[in-house]
Amino acid sequence: MFRQFGPADVLYILEAARWTLILSAIAFTGGAIGGLAVALARSSQVTLLRVLSTGFIRVFQGTPLLMQLFLFYFGLTVLNLPINPLLAAAIALTFHASAYLGEIWRGSIEAVPSGQSEAATALSLTYRSRMRWVILPQAARIAVAPTVGFLVQLIKGTSLTSIIGFTELTRAGQIVNNATFDPFTVFGLVAVIYFVICWPLSLYARWLEGRMRRAYAR
Amino acid sequence: MYHFNFTPVFDNFDLLLYGAWLTVRLSFAAMVLGLVVSVLGAVARTSRFRGLHWIVGAYVEVIRNTPFLVQIFFLYFGLPAIGISLGPNLAALIALVVNVGAYGTEIARAGIESVPRGQVEAGRALGLGPLQIFRYIIFRPALRNVYPALTSQFIYLMLTSSVVSTISANDLASAGADLNAKTFASFEIYLVVTALYLALSLLFSGLFRALQGALFNYPASR
Repeated sequence: MFRQFGPADVLYILEAARWTLILSAIAFTGGAIGGLAVALARSSQVTLLRVLSTGFIRVFQGTPLLMQLFLFYFGLTVLNLPINPLLAAAIALTFHASAYLGEIWRGSIEAVPSGQSEAATALSLTYRSRMRWVILPQAARIAVAPTVGFLVQLIKGTSLTSIIGFTELTRAGQIVNNATFDPFTVFGLVAVIYFVICWPLSLYARWLEGRMRRAYAR
Repeated sequence: MYHFNFTPVFDNFDLLLYGAWLTVRLSFAAMVLGLVVSVLGAVARTSRFRGLHWIVGAYVEVIRNTPFLVQIFFLYFGLPAIGISLGPNLAALIALVVNVGAYGTEIARAGIESVPRGQVEAGRALGLGPLQIFRYIIFRPALRNVYPALTSQFIYLMLTSSVVSTISANDLASAGADLNAKTFASFEIYLVVTALYLALSLLFSGLFRALQGALFNYPASR
């Protein structure tokens, strides 16, 4: 017989939501570092770097996140490492985020008018200082809105780690549903928690986008 | 040292290819139905009826801010609890249509809004009805303006559709899972399955780009 869905279950699901947030934070941090590297490589003068980063983006944007998770999960055994869902999830999501953020930020870097880069070169700034002091600060402004938008996609993406057995929000929902068989309530609650996390971010992204559009319309 | 064994994968390659075909079929069906939902959603969103406007807005926001996996669980496990039992394949299709419909509504709305007001007013002045205005004035320019967004939405839909394997609907990912249950060559299987997904997305983005030239080669109005 199934037991009744109760306050303990709500608490269990809420606690698991913490892992959704932690995993999102890890993936976003890792993805920000990787994404910056990918964006710089993608917009560099060196052909090899451009080709490699383009291939990286193609592969990670052209395959399902679920398959990427499986590959890193089973890839650990290939490397003779113990199976660890959190590690596999963190690595897979970091690569995934690196590809998407890399592509978003490449667009932002290229959106900075080329005169800025030329002026910096004319002032004999090195590549490093040109990027650090001239290009990236301006690109960052353009990048904020789509980056926040991608964060929403990333948080939703962490739900797939439940399939490789990592206990975050969705997996907690499945576990509770298996015991109570009350899918409407359980998955309804899970959906509401995701919504509460993601919706403010979506609204913020839209507000930023609107502000940006008005700034550039002037 | 890990010993790679691709034999079980290539002995059953026809199963994976059939799975890839199912993924393509499912994605196209979901996209076509999703586009119908999108256009209706976008029209409802611009309508004067406050209630309709609000309901569509809520639908779009809820779907876009919750994971597809939770949506499909809600549908597949939740509906039987109120007496509506869907098979996994039908549940998968419906979940994908509902999902892509929400993203598509925003795309379609952007498309409709991208057609200058003056053209619609000109159509009205010529005595065209609302359907005629939509058919002859809005549809093609709007489609051209949002074509890139729509095609990348399709690729994204095709990748997302791999999630339907979790409710054991038939597609490429579940063909991989079936093969994995039989042969345990997990890494090799998922490597090949991933490569097949990559081949599909490269194929379709190439195809859509070629189509773009053929469909929208008339001069732009702006």
